[in-house]
Amino acid sequence: MKVKNVVIAGLGGQGVLKASDILADAAFRAGFDVKKSELHGMSQRGGSVSSDVRYGEGILSPMVPPGEADVLVVLEETQVEINRPTLRAGGVLIAPDVLAPEALKNKKSLNVALLGAASTVLDIADEHWIAAMHANLAEKLHTLNEQAFEIGRQAARAT
Amino acid sequence: MTVERLLLSGDDAVALATLHAGVRLGTGYPGTPSTEILETFDQLGGRAQWSPNEKVALEVGLGSAFAGARTIVTMKHVGLNVAADPLFTAAYTDVEGGLLVISADDPGMASSQNEQDNRHYARAAALPMLEPVDSQQAYDFTWLGLELSERWKIPVILRLTTRICHAKTVVRPRPALQTLPEPHFERDVPARVMIPAYAKPAHLRLRQKLAEIAAWNEAEGPFQIHEGDGQLGIIATGIGAMHAREAAPGASHLSFGLTYPLPIARIRAFTDRVERLVVIEEGDPVLVDSLRAAGLPAEGKPEMYRFGELNVERVRRILANDTSPEPVPPKGKPPELCQGCSHRGVFETLRDLNCIVSGDIGCYTLGVLPPFSAMDTCVCMGASIGVGLGMRHVLPEDQARRVVSVIGDSTFVHSGLTGLAEMVYNPPPTGHLVLILDNGTTAMTGQQEHPGTGRLLDHSATNLLNFEETARAMGIQNVHVMDTTSLKDDALRELITDLLAKNETSLIVTRQPCVLAAPKIRLYEKANAEQQATTCAADLVD
Ligand SMILES: Cc1ncc(C[n+]2csc(CCOP(=O)(O)OP(=O)(O)O)c2C)c(N)n1
Ligand code: SF4
Repeated sequence: MKVKNVVIAGLGGQGVLKASDILADAAFRAGFDVKKSELHGMSQRGGSVSSDVRYGEGILSPMVPPGEADVLVVLEETQVEINRPTLRAGGVLIAPDVLAPEALKNKKSLNVALLGAASTVLDIADEHWIAAMHANLAEKLHTLNEQAFEIGRQAARAT
Repeated sequence: MTVERLLLSGDDAVALATLHAGVRLGTGYPGTPSTEILETFDQLGGRAQWSPNEKVALEVGLGSAFAGARTIVTMKHVGLNVAADPLFTAAYTDVEGGLLVISADDPGMASSQNEQDNRHYARAAALPMLEPVDSQQAYDFTWLGLELSERWKIPVILRLTTRICHAKTVVRPRPALQTLPEPHFERDVPARVMIPAYAKPAHLRLRQKLAEIAAWNEAEGPFQIHEGDGQLGIIATGIGAMHAREAAPGASHLSFGLTYPLPIARIRAFTDRVERLVVIEEGDPVLVDSLRAAGLPAEGKPEMYRFGELNVERVRRILANDTSPEPVPPKGKPPELCQGCSHRGVFETLRDLNCIVSGDIGCYTLGVLPPFSAMDTCVCMGASIGVGLGMRHVLPEDQARRVVSVIGDSTFVHSGLTGLAEMVYNPPPTGHLVLILDNGTTAMTGQQEHPGTGRLLDHSATNLLNFEETARAMGIQNVHVMDTTSLKDDALRELITDLLAKNETSLIVTRQPCVLAAPKIRLYEKANAEQQATTCAADLVD
């Protein structure tokens, strides 16, 4: 396998960095070389945030070059257009509209639900996703997020 | 035995190496992207402490290294300006324990007020500098830096950048050191007392150390070559090396870790084998200028690539000598003060009073943006007070009277105290007003403690530096504290209006916790109170 490029974007406070931590960790557990990178600075104060995750063999730069993302996950509709240039031709966009309105009990798990949707186009086995979620989320949130992940995955399969 | 494999940010890799290499003390002052190093070192069980500012952090670190302990000192790039005074003379002294000074630069200014290139400091202070290309090297070079420092009794600078600090990459750690020499004091006056009589030979010694380190770098310094087709040769350091290898997979690539003093002979041997030689470096043309000065036919990058970070695409353009305008990235949503942020009310008031606001650095710098538009200057930490005083001194009275200096609590401790001394010593004819926005934390960099919170880096209790008492003792004429949590809207406005009308020196401390930090602060305080209660009970039993 060559390199898989994923960009996750949204607004500060939505859990963009948490989602990219989970993805990077899952890919790492699956035995891939992984690099992940983002700019933290202002993320907690509601500004635009995006995070790059690359995995495969022999990853060099930690940043996804513009127009080379295989998958773009956007947690907030208003951020879709500004991030679209990062997607390669034929790349997959995953935005909140893959989910039916009210599909999630708790809006806070949108980040994980969209990871679930993205998992349908990423070759990482379930056990690694689960382990990565457990390692990166507080224990009391495990069930909620596993459900959200599954909801996202089913929604993506249905489309 | 299988080697443990970890996915770590550069900051966490440095922290882990710090622990493994037996560092006894880590000091620093928060600053993106360096902050997590000490926080992680603390969580791993190391001894880490925030200092009031970077100068003090380096001085404490230097003392620790004089006493024979391995020590790290962390800061962001501009922090090294604050610490520059001890740095330049520490270079003359002999350290006993390894002293690693870690500077985290921010090319592209993701979260900084400038994009200064701290590679200049290595040459200026005559200190060896290591620059990793990923987390593995961040880990390895932390060890190496401490070892070089001990071998040559010289402080070593580890220069990181945002994409090293905050990118996660795979790390294979080595076994931790089991035994280390106990710190102890050994008198060595000529090596540590920098009066001219001792500093003159010390400067000669420093140059001799550098010459030896350069020879070591030539012989066995960290050095990687990826041979290519012999046409294009690329020399790159730091994260640029990774971008370059991706942008030009067929080229010959050279990168090396100890970027000052340079291994010129080794570099020359590489350049002899290629037809075109290009240097890929973020920021200023530091490396390319040095190579040219050594007579190597190195090509640098067009001036436009001096600004901002590099990435694979920009490296491709540099190699193609493409100076056409770059696509402008779409503008994202800018950050703003949180809803309920205590700074909001203050800036609304300053806006409504039409104040000339000499600002400072922190979350509250966002007071410059609409809907507040209430900041007129912002330069470096602590500048609000001096700059405000300077304007007061020369402006016509009607304008001078509107000048207010606004500074955060952490920033005040960092470098506002000397500004207050200046205000007491050289008061402008119209007096002056300083506002300390005390939100109980260093919010900007992710809620670190500081001497004004009364809690240590790990949030346990310590002595508290009281701002209002300090200001009174310093001789400020009017000192007021306002708890803005329970404030009626116009109380702050009335107080400011009143103080601006006086020809006196005044200070208002507005006090209200950062809304993001408040729940955690309550937990720390509760835990500390319980701790206190058990200690008291134990005292009674004793
Ligand atoms: C010399 C230097 N060190 C560190 C920083 C990083 N930094 C910027 S603002 C700031 C402190 C902000 O804390 P505070 O003054 O309490 O304001 P708040 O963010 O809490 O509103 C720090 C550490 C810097 N800009 N310059
Ligand atoms: S983090 Fe705290 S200080 Fe910063 S904007 Fe939010 S509430 Fe205000």
